[in-house]
Amino acid sequence: MLEITGLRAAAGENEILRGINLRVRAGEIHAIMGPNGSGKSTLAQVLAGHPAYTVTSGTVTLDGQDLLELEPEERAQAGVFLAFQYPVEIAGVTNAYFLRAAYNALRKARGLEELDPIDFLDLLEEKLKLVGWGPEIMQRAVNSGFSGGEKKRNEILQMAILEPKLAILDETDSGLDIDALRIVADGVNALRRPDRATIVVTHYQRLLNFIIPDYVHVLVEGQIVKSGGKELALELEARGYEWLTGIPEAAPA
Amino acid sequence: MTAAYLEAFERFAGNGGGRGPAGLVARRREAFERFAKAGFPTAKDEEWRFTSVAPIARTAWRTGGPADDGSGGPAVTAADLAPYRFGGAEWCTLVFVNGRFAPGLSHRPTLPEGVTVETLAEATARDPAQVERTYARVATPDITPFSAFNAAFADDGAVVRVAAGVELTDPVHLLYVTTEAGAGAAVQVRTVVLVERGARAQFVESYAGLGSTASFHNVVTEVVVGEGAWVEHTRIQRESQAAYHIGLTQVEQGRDSHYRSFSLAEGGAIARHDLRARLSGENVETLLYGLYLGRGNQLVDNHTTIFHDYPNCRSWEVYKGILDGRSHAVFNGKVFVKPEAQKTDAKQTNRNLLLSEGARVDTKPQLEIFADDVKCTHGATVGRIDESAFFYLQSRGIPRAEAQRVLTYAFAAEVVNEVASAPVRAALDRLVAARLGIEG
Repeated sequence: MLEITGLRAAAGENEILRGINLRVRAGEIHAIMGPNGSGKSTLAQVLAGHPAYTVTSGTVTLDGQDLLELEPEERAQAGVFLAFQYPVEIAGVTNAYFLRAAYNALRKARGLEELDPIDFLDLLEEKLKLVGWGPEIMQRAVNSGFSGGEKKRNEILQMAILEPKLAILDETDSGLDIDALRIVADGVNALRRPDRATIVVTHYQRLLNFIIPDYVHVLVEGQIVKSGGKELALELEARGYEWLTGIPEAAPA
Repeated sequence: MTAAYLEAFERFAGNGGGRGPAGLVARRREAFERFAKAGFPTAKDEEWRFTSVAPIARTAWRTGGPADDGSGGPAVTAADLAPYRFGGAEWCTLVFVNGRFAPGLSHRPTLPEGVTVETLAEATARDPAQVERTYARVATPDITPFSAFNAAFADDGAVVRVAAGVELTDPVHLLYVTTEAGAGAAVQVRTVVLVERGARAQFVESYAGLGSTASFHNVVTEVVVGEGAWVEHTRIQRESQAAYHIGLTQVEQGRDSHYRSFSLAEGGAIARHDLRARLSGENVETLLYGLYLGRGNQLVDNHTTIFHDYPNCRSWEVYKGILDGRSHAVFNGKVFVKPEAQKTDAKQTNRNLLLSEGARVDTKPQLEIFADDVKCTHGATVGRIDESAFFYLQSRGIPRAEAQRVLTYAFAAEVVNEVASAPVRAALDRLVAARLGIEG
């Protein structure tokens, strides 16, 4: 489904991704792990088309389609979804309006009829259950004044509504307590289907107790230095990243 | 120029100056003399530094008589006004066309006891002594040359009175319209709102332009909020891009009162509004919200002044601007805190969103604080839509152009949401959304 070959990307003069090769097949869950500053979040954002990064070489295709030549909205329309590490607050727009605008933008791009507010509400009700929310959340402004956990849940709600082909979770576990973590994981697992794939970017192994990856890759200084099965995550949990980076890691706070 | 206005004034005064009593005519003469002496402001005047009124000053406006030039033109129909009606059809609505009351277009339902809504001409006929005593005593002719010009010539407008303790649940709508037939005339009307002790009222004051002529509204509004009274005032300026609009609102607040205003200005060739609130008692709360939208070559200028004269008062002000094309916005926010106004809590915010390279904003907060135990802050920003917000929406499949509309609307909605009256807020929201290209 997703083919990344020799991907190099920079923020300004600063090269962050230094030749990434990765293949994700339909139905798979891949975890990307690595120490802080290794480029994991950059990889997630480059795949979604963040304008702060310039791709200097390499290719990325989704089902054969060149992703790199697409605008961020076109990537979303092609089925890419990025759950943000830091979701943006948009005061003044309700969650209901935002979600329907996004949902209808995707339908429109795919030549489908847009859903009116009433029909959309039905869809919403079903998806809200998935993240354990009542309808009140829809009248609040997007992420505005949300707690860290609420923001992450809102990302999962959006993902559930937009039903992406390829979901990329950028450190969705950071700052979550165990209950919120479970809700996020349930949301991801509920979306699992043989024709969809997920990339989970995380620093800690914890989330992977709930979302079981098929593959684990370790990113260090912009390159994948080691790949393995789910047991690699446990090994990283036990040994830290130092044995792969050669750099002593600060003790986690 | 002044000679022509003097001639117009003598003719007007000779006709009884709007058929008022002698004292009223004398009051108008005083105002005229003040205007004649001062003349229109120039760019040398600090208050008008960024807003040149030269195009107004060099035009010989007809005034002091019917604004209609006699050429006729199509009569205004109810359908023409539909987009400007704003609220429910059941609201008490007085419509003025080119400064003249239009009874056929107005709606005057039975109001609660103690509430009167009448025209200035009706009030003058009913109780001349009262009008003589109060005419131009709140928004006085010395505030600006335009307020003097208005006080000299204004002979119609609206007078709203809410007696002590009465609650007026539905808003009253005062709708002032200019048409092609009013081209070349200075349309000068006054709005007076008196809300007595402990009463509650909400009113909407709109200025609309039918057609695309260079109309000129020179208007004055006086709002008196009695002790412990609660007032919400919504002001909507929606005229053509060629329109001239000069407005002054003067608010006087008694102790323990609450006044909140929302001003929507869509600009014009020149659109200027001065909003001045005097806090004349302790424990007063004043909330001023504004939204101005400029496009094309429009100029939209808001000057606000808050006079903290007494201790323990709170004022809160948020004005936001959205500027496109080569439009130009001016914001000046003055807060004066007298030495005795201890424990004043005043906050002023002005935020501007630029949608184009050619748009321009001049913003100036001006706090003059003479008390030492106060909390006063201000902040002004001029910027563009944050790229991270753009990316967030685009990453959800929303095209960039639509993302811009959504985020611009969001910027505006934040201040529209501060309107307390639910029907007014809903109507404003629809208006702003439509103006910014957003569907509900």
